[in-house]
Amino acid sequence: MTEQKQVIVRIKRQASPKEAARWEEFSLSWRPSMNVIICLRDIAENPVTRGGKKTTPVSYDSNCLEEICGSCAMLINGKARMACSALVDALEQPIRIEPLSKFPLVRDLAVDRQFMFESLKRVKAWIPIDGTYDLGEGPRVSPEIQEAGYPLSNCISCGSCLEVCPQVNENSKFVGAAIISQVRLFNMHPTGAMHAKERLTALMEPGGIQDCANAQNCVKACPKGIPLTESIAEVNRAAWKQALLGWFVK
Amino acid sequence: MKQPKIIVVGGGLAGLMATIRVAESGVPVDLFSIVPVKRSHSVCAQGGINAAKNQKGEGDTTAKHFDDTIYGGDFLANQPLVKRMCEAAPGIIDLLDRMGVMFNRTPEGLLDYRRFGGTLYHRTAFAGATTGQQLLYALDEQVRRHESEGKVKKYEGFTFLSAVLDDAGVCRGICAMDLRSMEVKTFAADAVIFCTGGVGAIFGRSTNSVVCTGSAQSALFQQGVDYANGEFIQVHPTAIPGEDKLRLMSESARGEGGRVWVPRNPLDKRPAKTIPEADRFYFLEEWYPKYGNLVPRDIATRAIHRIVFQEKLGLAGQQAVYLDVSHIPRETLDRKLEGILEIYEKFLGVDPREEPMKVFPGMHYTMGGMWVNAEDQATNVPGIYAAGECEYQYHGANRLGANSLMSCIFGGGLAGPAALKYAKNLEKGADSTDSSVFSREQKKQEAKNQELISREGSENLMVIWRELGDTMTEHVTVTRINKNLEKADAKLVELAERFGRVNLSDRTMWSNQTLNFARELGNMLLLARVIALGALARNESRGAHYKPEFPERDDANWLKTTRAKYVNGEIKLTYEQVDISQIPPRARRYDAAK
Repeated sequence: MTEQKQVIVRIKRQASPKEAARWEEFSLSWRPSMNVIICLRDIAENPVTRGGKKTTPVSYDSNCLEEICGSCAMLINGKARMACSALVDALEQPIRIEPLSKFPLVRDLAVDRQFMFESLKRVKAWIPIDGTYDLGEGPRVSPEIQEAGYPLSNCISCGSCLEVCPQVNENSKFVGAAIISQVRLFNMHPTGAMHAKERLTALMEPGGIQDCANAQNCVKACPKGIPLTESIAEVNRAAWKQALLGWFVK
Repeated sequence: MKQPKIIVVGGGLAGLMATIRVAESGVPVDLFSIVPVKRSHSVCAQGGINAAKNQKGEGDTTAKHFDDTIYGGDFLANQPLVKRMCEAAPGIIDLLDRMGVMFNRTPEGLLDYRRFGGTLYHRTAFAGATTGQQLLYALDEQVRRHESEGKVKKYEGFTFLSAVLDDAGVCRGICAMDLRSMEVKTFAADAVIFCTGGVGAIFGRSTNSVVCTGSAQSALFQQGVDYANGEFIQVHPTAIPGEDKLRLMSESARGEGGRVWVPRNPLDKRPAKTIPEADRFYFLEEWYPKYGNLVPRDIATRAIHRIVFQEKLGLAGQQAVYLDVSHIPRETLDRKLEGILEIYEKFLGVDPREEPMKVFPGMHYTMGGMWVNAEDQATNVPGIYAAGECEYQYHGANRLGANSLMSCIFGGGLAGPAALKYAKNLEKGADSTDSSVFSREQKKQEAKNQELISREGSENLMVIWRELGDTMTEHVTVTRINKNLEKADAKLVELAERFGRVNLSDRTMWSNQTLNFARELGNMLLLARVIALGALARNESRGAHYKPEFPERDDANWLKTTRAKYVNGEIKLTYEQVDISQIPPRARRYDAAK
């Protein structure tokens, strides 16, 4: 019998934000169709390092395991991506797993991405309906608008676009590509367009669209293939148009 | 009484809808969720949402939607509330449309509709093949708007542990744990609405998300909330097997023309695409000529099991059949099904636009859940309401595809105002409840954590969970045999006993996911017994509950709701009449038109 094939995984551990980070290495039994989540579950079942040292299961965020909830984004071999769709056979070993670095750490691979949800509030990323009572049908929407809007509304708030953006750092409040793209989505909808100005104004404030330096890393990192740079360009145009008009009116 | 206070537990479709309804009436809501609500399991729903809008001029009506739902559920659902849901459905679609959901459109700019299982009408509105995600986001955005206006306070990263019940047994709030600090706290409320979703984790692997453990339902059951029709578990016919989860391949694939088949000769080694039509066995189309690939899920699932286990026609002898969309134009696939085809491509490395997909049935949904009344989602415990998958009211013995999103939104929309009305009519609210009621519950739950974390046994949580899942999947899903169900229950008792000797591999008190899972697993082990015992007792076949020893539906003895109670630490099954006041039961068959 041939020896059982092994998967070597190196994980950056940190018990809490106050404690120092350290690396631990694990050796796991390979199985077909293994992904990074399965690796983390194997470790939870038998939390012993490759060196034979007992440790704790790894803390990490996960939920749907089919790349639609946005929970399990982490750095895998240096790349921001979803752990559930990171197939072991396609990864170079040892597989290095680290938490996203642009968000406050909670423990191990779990981080706090509340900033993204707060930013959605800042730009009023919603359609302001009058109420949930019966007011009849919504506005007609052309298939063209739907086909342009639907991909934008696929954003899972995973944070990959912020992670890879050089403009997102300790000294900046940049909201990031995902939020700008949501502004484009809501400003495109017939009802949302009635309030486009508010959203653009919010994006002209510090941390808004002018903080984008056009590195274009976001669009490459997005696991949902959202045309983020296209959104930034379009929102940028609209924002400047609004600002200039405001100027002339003064 | 001053301003009432409402708590909602769970931020999926039902929980968010309940929250919106309460918040828009000006009453503050505390919303609790394990994950940020935008990451709730509703995002996994794919195919669509049903409403009889008759947009295709086929003569569809809400009465037909109602009949399809009752018939599809094999007459086990109480009928009046289902009727109200079907009548409300077109208005709910309008509301979602107004919220900006990017539904697929017709050239005229109207909503497009597709076909789904268990109906002959185009009744399902959809947003690509990620409808659940799109609907959840729309409600999430509305809740965020109310949150920014100070009407909603979110407690994301909190897990529900228990209800706070006063000496009269009235719910006065909840006890929850902060999943970072692991602190146990109580929160007062005049009424609490539970929207805590499905129970997939009890079956180990399922199409459900990680948080769908049924832990909250089980905790409430142990505190006196009855649990109804637990034995009715839906196994979806088309999922992609995986070690960590079974990934759903939506019924919409068949709604858009996808076909299920196997080679007539199981030894056929030719690539699927080169096998000529004559050598393919489209067994659903042959066996059910009227509905074809769009028979309800219980029927399709049993047919696939028959093909694999009795006819021995599984692909290359394995537990798999083909789900084929490769004959549909690529442009149509990308416009209507891209989301799910991407899942298949990403996780299996095969493009389903070119090659048929290999699928097998997987545990998907619970029709059963917390018992609620026939009017307004109230459970039998005063002050506790339930909506969404965690309650039992809408789907009878089998849920039709694309009815769950509707039942979540309708149920949540009903529960919000009902809880509010109850709270406003209370003579004495939670604010006048003695503080000792809260502190004793908090101490009880803290002691439970302490006891769990200091256990010095040799049992492993993950091993017990795997054995639980294997037992439930083998004996309590598609085919149920009494002696096996007895064995399964004995196994569940053994697992619960072994759970008493677990050793937690993490004893820290910061973001300890092991401790949280231990609490969930303890609750799962008990709810599993409610499911298994309900199945053992029900000696008939109805909808998703199939017993070869009792192959027929038995209305004389079993046209009744199972209502499990927890009495002195024991599970007690009681039964009550089903309200069949609207449509008299008739035989259910899908080989011909109804």
